[in-house]
Amino acid sequence: MTVMIVDDEELARQYLREMLADHPDVEIIAECANGFEAVKAAAQRMPDLVFLDVQMPKLDGFEVLEVLGGNVAVVFVTAYDTYAMRAFDVHAVDYLLKPFSKERFEAALDVAKSRLGERPPPAVELAVAARGAAHLDRVVVKDGVRVHIIPVAKLDYAEAQDDYVLLASEGKTYLKQQTIASLESSLDPRRFVRIHRSYLLNLERLTKLEPYTKDSRIAVLTDGRQLPVSRSGYQRLTALLEGRAAE
Amino acid sequence: MPGTLARVLLAHLVSAITASGIWILAALLVSALLSVPGTVRSALPAVYALGIVVYLLAVSVNYVLLAVEASQQAEARAAQARLLAGQAELRALKAQINPHFLFNSLHSISALTSIDAAKARDMCVLLSGFLRSTLGLGDKALIPFSEELNMARNYLAIERVRFGDRLQVEEAIGEGCDGCPVPPLILQPLIENAVVHGIANLIEPGFIHISADVAAEGQLSIVIENSFDADAPPSKRSGGFGLTAAKKRLAAHYDGAASLLTSAHDGAYRVEIRIPETGELP
Repeated sequence: MTVMIVDDEELARQYLREMLADHPDVEIIAECANGFEAVKAAAQRMPDLVFLDVQMPKLDGFEVLEVLGGNVAVVFVTAYDTYAMRAFDVHAVDYLLKPFSKERFEAALDVAKSRLGERPPPAVELAVAARGAAHLDRVVVKDGVRVHIIPVAKLDYAEAQDDYVLLASEGKTYLKQQTIASLESSLDPRRFVRIHRSYLLNLERLTKLEPYTKDSRIAVLTDGRQLPVSRSGYQRLTALLEGRAAE
Repeated sequence: MPGTLARVLLAHLVSAITASGIWILAALLVSALLSVPGTVRSALPAVYALGIVVYLLAVSVNYVLLAVEASQQAEARAAQARLLAGQAELRALKAQINPHFLFNSLHSISALTSIDAAKARDMCVLLSGFLRSTLGLGDKALIPFSEELNMARNYLAIERVRFGDRLQVEEAIGEGCDGCPVPPLILQPLIENAVVHGIANLIEPGFIHISADVAAEGQLSIVIENSFDADAPPSKRSGGFGLTAAKKRLAAHYDGAASLLTSAHDGAYRVEIRIPETGELP
């Protein structure tokens, strides 16, 4: 079994390495001090199992899991018990609370070994489910071995492209493997509105609406870009704007 | 309220007339019983006026007594409130010494036992020292700045074991600061913020700079500066709770004469506390 250790504390990584030393069948293929390193390492070789800290700089453990995606089992390692429910929602193998004993560690490793080869559900959808009712304040996108962090305030609009969604922010675009419906559900519905089957718009970017055909309109954004607005999209948009005006 | 005042005055006037009437009736009754005709009847207006004066005197004495009692009660209440607030605040602050700080420190010790046993022992000593210094603060309203600073140094030494080179600490403590009285645990939550919301969110090494100086007017100025990640979401970045607690403590102690100001520029977060001269420690 191949293992990756992701923790921003050197001593915590050493402790895991020591615990794993008793298992000749386990190979540590990467040790990472932050999420960016983890994504880079996983691009070279995806491990079977990740020991993942939650509170880390830049990308937290859940975001790392989301961008890793794919076939990886995870054991969260943290001093905080507050993330246990979320960990359960993303189908984590186990949740180790620092400090933990050798026995507790062995139990977690046993479960991970027994689950080896099972195909976990797609990480992005799970991450959305795990977030529950809370809205995202940023979107993470993997781009090869790099990770972009887009604050939602800087997200102009999103466009559906088959299994992907194209995110437009500050003149650049990013592709993320996620459905537009799933992205929509994780964003604040008072700030983002589905103006079209394929378009999700940041309301702050809208400058005007122009008629196009009998049933559709064109939304003009602050940067001059034009997006189609469907009939039902227009209804959602006006309902939202009226709701805002009433506040 | 003029309406109420008029009503009270009217009521007293009516009472005065009534009371004086009763006074006259009693006088007449007594004089009739003792059969001294003429003398009382001739002095009736004077006796009546005397009755009103006696009534008004009694009323004013009563009012003065009431006012004195009310002011004493209000003062006692205020003192009690101050005391309770102070105690609650300190209890909250002690609980606020983050349990996760303890868990992480214990995990570091656990890791060190096999890597570097001597360092594990040092860490135990540091941790005990820190915890001990926070105990027994409840009875003290003020402690010397040097004591508060040592507590912060101890805390940072523990966090340095965890964060290694990621945490750089610098100090610039001016002369005459050591003995300045400060409320206990005023620095601690701010230093913790600097670590948790500053250093912990950085991949590259970051700094915490502590400086203190006594101004010419005897005012103590303490500045804590730390690097932070300006891109981190506000939820991860702000140390609202610790800041509010520190502000409240200053307000409770110095009644507006102390200040706490925060600012952020060029990736550095800055908190400045100014404490007025409060003389020697008791």
